[in-house]
Amino acid sequence: MNFPIISSLILLPTIGALFIFFTRPSSKKYQSSKYVALFISLANFLLSLYLWYIFDKSNVDFQFVENREWLSGFINYKVGIDGISILFILLTTFIVPICIISVNATVTNKLKNFLIAILLMETMMIGVFCSLDLVVFYLFFEAGLIPMFLIIGIWGGERRVYSAFKFFLYTLLGSVLMLIAIISIYWITGTTDVVKLYEIGIDPKYQKLLWLAFFSSFAVKTPMWPVHTWLPDAHVEAPTAGSVLLAAILLKMAGYGFIRFSLGLFPIASEYFIPLIYFLSLIAIIYTSLVALMQEDMKKLIAYSSVAHMGFVTLGIFTMTQQGIEGSIIQMISHGLVSAALFLSVGVLYERMHTRMINKYSGLVLIMPKYAIVLMVFTLGSIGLPGTSGFVGEFLILMGAFKKNFLVATIASLGVILGAAYMLWLYKRVIFGNLINEDLKKLIDLKKIEILVFSSLVFPILFFGFYPEPLINSVETSVINLIDMYNFNINNNLVLKK
Amino acid sequence: MEYLILFLPLFASILSGFFGKIIGDKISQVTTSLFVSLSAVLSFVILYKVINQGYENNLVIATWINSGSLNVNWSIKIDALSSVMLVVVNLVSALVHVYSIGYMSDDPHKPRFMSYLSLFTFAMLTLVTSDNFIQLFFGWEGVGLCSYFLIGFWFKKDSANSAAIKAFVVNRVGDFGFALGIFLIFYIFGTVNYNEVFEQIPTIIDKKIIFLGFSTKAIDLICILLFIGAMGKSAQLLLHTWLPDAMEGPTPVSALIHAATMVTAGVFLVVRCSPIYEYSQLALTIITVVGMSTAFFAATIAIVQTDIKKIIAYSTCSQLGYMFFAAGVGAYNVAMFHLFTHAFFKALLFLGSGSIIHAFKNEQNINLMGGVWKKLPYTYILMIIGTLALTGFPFLSGFYSKDAIIEFAYLKDNRAGFFAAYIGIFTALLTSIYSWRLIFKTFHGDYNNQKNKIESLHESPAVMLLPLAVLAIGSIFAGIIFKELFIGHDTFYVFWGDSIKFLQPLSTDHPPKWFIVLTPLLVTISIPLSFYLFVKNKKIVNAIVEANKPLYVFLQHKWYFDELYDFLFVKPSKKTGYFLWKKIDILIIDRFGPDGISKLIKNLSIRAVKFQSGYIYHYALIMLLGFSALLTLLIFK
Repeated sequence: MNFPIISSLILLPTIGALFIFFTRPSSKKYQSSKYVALFISLANFLLSLYLWYIFDKSNVDFQFVENREWLSGFINYKVGIDGISILFILLTTFIVPICIISVNATVTNKLKNFLIAILLMETMMIGVFCSLDLVVFYLFFEAGLIPMFLIIGIWGGERRVYSAFKFFLYTLLGSVLMLIAIISIYWITGTTDVVKLYEIGIDPKYQKLLWLAFFSSFAVKTPMWPVHTWLPDAHVEAPTAGSVLLAAILLKMAGYGFIRFSLGLFPIASEYFIPLIYFLSLIAIIYTSLVALMQEDMKKLIAYSSVAHMGFVTLGIFTMTQQGIEGSIIQMISHGLVSAALFLSVGVLYERMHTRMINKYSGLVLIMPKYAIVLMVFTLGSIGLPGTSGFVGEFLILMGAFKKNFLVATIASLGVILGAAYMLWLYKRVIFGNLINEDLKKLIDLKKIEILVFSSLVFPILFFGFYPEPLINSVETSVINLIDMYNFNINNNLVLKK
Repeated sequence: MEYLILFLPLFASILSGFFGKIIGDKISQVTTSLFVSLSAVLSFVILYKVINQGYENNLVIATWINSGSLNVNWSIKIDALSSVMLVVVNLVSALVHVYSIGYMSDDPHKPRFMSYLSLFTFAMLTLVTSDNFIQLFFGWEGVGLCSYFLIGFWFKKDSANSAAIKAFVVNRVGDFGFALGIFLIFYIFGTVNYNEVFEQIPTIIDKKIIFLGFSTKAIDLICILLFIGAMGKSAQLLLHTWLPDAMEGPTPVSALIHAATMVTAGVFLVVRCSPIYEYSQLALTIITVVGMSTAFFAATIAIVQTDIKKIIAYSTCSQLGYMFFAAGVGAYNVAMFHLFTHAFFKALLFLGSGSIIHAFKNEQNINLMGGVWKKLPYTYILMIIGTLALTGFPFLSGFYSKDAIIEFAYLKDNRAGFFAAYIGIFTALLTSIYSWRLIFKTFHGDYNNQKNKIESLHESPAVMLLPLAVLAIGSIFAGIIFKELFIGHDTFYVFWGDSIKFLQPLSTDHPPKWFIVLTPLLVTISIPLSFYLFVKNKKIVNAIVEANKPLYVFLQHKWYFDELYDFLFVKPSKKTGYFLWKKIDILIIDRFGPDGISKLIKNLSIRAVKFQSGYIYHYALIMLLGFSALLTLLIFK
């Protein structure tokens, strides 16, 4: 075995966290800790870029697989990547440095601990996206909640305890069921190795229950209606960096889980539950868009829009068409970038004015023209205007959905209209009009460092809008393979039944 | 050369948008105008090549989306249709750029304005030069976005911002249909490239699909869905509400986007898809009906409006209706011809009205003008030329295109065409009346403005009048020069080539003599009539208004469409949103979900706590009870 590049990706942030933990920075402001964290996360980003570069896109198998015995005969520490995971790893390693840069003003106390939490979370997230053993996956998946729970509970706003508790309660409910399902899979098949499970398959008679158990965990994290109410509260209370991590990466674990596990392990059950998923996705798209229209708090509005966007994702995944799944993956990456950007944008205002209420703002373009421009780009990305990455995702998803079911695609397309309405209305109320408030005049436009952060988000949003080839290329083989496997299983099952 | 045409405006936009502060107002105005003008000159070269050499080209710039069987490229497709559009777009755009130098001279955000104009031009060019539906959609939304920016350009005005959002969202409703149309095309044909789609058409004519419970012919459905998109962009009846509001934007914008180019994109779409539409009689009939209804409906509203720009906006709406019913009766080339001539005279009218508004210091109400033709002689003459061309006065450009539309509708020989022809004639009369009403109320009669003294009015500068003059020349001669090429018997097939498909050759008959002279006659008579009504003897008009008060109010409220939509869509959406949030999310899901569970557990634990009271006799009692219960159970078993 060569250099364990995946494990290095996973462990590097933890090493950074330990380093920060055991060192005592010279100044009270913990500037040096921040630089350490930034350095580590950037190194990790470069490493993952290198991984993307050496990754063989035409190979259907998992690559860079590491398999170590952990509990002998029971669980192996097995990690590896395919075309789908690599994109999520990149998203993670890209967003984390941005979080660390933008952390300064929103978190005033215990900065050191906050950095440790972020770095630990990066470890967990990367672990989720490349684990090839159900138990390992479960551990990473659940452990990732702990730093997030702490970020909301310690550094959150006024109602942080309530929100953190709600967040924990919801996610715990799903997790327990998933754990039971994993144990049952071990009983049924004798292994928790994902690759082996793909080969031998799981007996159709157990699939439905197991699928539901996994679903309950993923649905909460996605979040799907009606288990979405934790998200707006969590976002509102979380500090900016927390919101960014939550929206950009944490929500993607569920989408990834649907693709990797629900479709891969339980194809027959997935086929059976398609109507359920479509139904819930459509409700998510229309319902939360309408709710978003009426929000008075910017963060809540964006949180609800996240639910709507993730509704598109779940819809696309279960179209089981190449366009639908590829669209979902692009939509997740795009939403990761756009929602991170939007939360950072709200963070910029919050940091200056200490309020997120929409009616407290107006006419910002007069004093913050640069801010107005970047926010416009992100708004358009969220609306899914052609030329932004959001369009490619949404359009492919709807195209895939249309192949499967006209009605579903038609209703989902209505969400596109509502999306334009709530985002543009938000933009209008905040950016245009006259300055209503004397305090607003004191606002300063984006600082250099903020411009750097925002332009690093603007660039990929536009680039992948005009040229999504790199994304589509790297997932194509894996997606085709997934669909083939899925169809093979479905057909086999039909033959067996006859 | 094609690359230059397409990317010069983009480059100009980036230059002026991002470096406007550095290079200054003057330079950004001049460079953007220059670049777009250059692009316009090159477009003429292309058109010349197309006319004389039958030049065609399909350049692929790069791949865009490549997912499974879906292959979409960034492309530049040049054929007769797109070359005509290139000329229209770039010419009007260049003139508007130049005009804006004068019109926006007092505005503090000149580079931004020029940047938007150029960006719009680029988006419009990608729309017309696309070789597939998705790039078309890109341009389609791109022009919508620029329209949004430009309508809301004066961002301090709340009405301008609301109008901008309205334009974008109403267009999105149309785009919703358009997108579904594209999905369906991809579903049926497995591709979204024009050529591949058009080739397969004959094989799927009879294919049926079930859509929302109805079994329809796939091709009918595709055509109708695409047409919904066209209705949104071209402000046809039901989706027209955004266009009059869009007049909140600066006047050059109205001339470029809401008269000459963007709003004609819908017509372009239908013509571009003529190979599909030719096989769907149902869709063509719908287009005819919608087109003629819009033509009539918008003209009735224009008659009672008092805002100079809104009158012209409704007039645009109405003329677009003409183009649609021309396409609906299969005379796509005539639709394109009217699009072409309309671009000249409508841009002329808008820019001319801009000149008037400029002179009156931003006054737009025609009741507050009047009697100034001597003060604004050039504007007056140019506006007259525009009006004559619009109304179809003999031998000006509108005459050739509009009469051809009415004639072809008449010759179509089906009921829809027949009605369309007569409604077309009647609407032409209405058009003439409202246009002359505008002219007479603005330039003749008594001076009615209290705010500005008549002495303070003065003619616009040359930089504004020069573009007007160019458009005036176009309004006079475009018809007679391009008539043979666009719609001449036999000759037009050569020019349009493969870009327009005619399943059956267009009728070459002539309608009866009286029919041909009817429209020009009505139009000519209406000039003295309007003069009498609106200048000489206003009592008659007032009497008519008094006698038909309800009708007048109905027209003044634009048939109550805004109120209706507000009642049907806007308010219910907001109410539902509020209900779902406050009642369902908070009152039901949260109450019975996480909050409920935590409360339940709390209550249970409070009760459980009570068991552990710490008194020995409590424990003893429970033990005794339990023990006796167990015993009883054992005994009785």
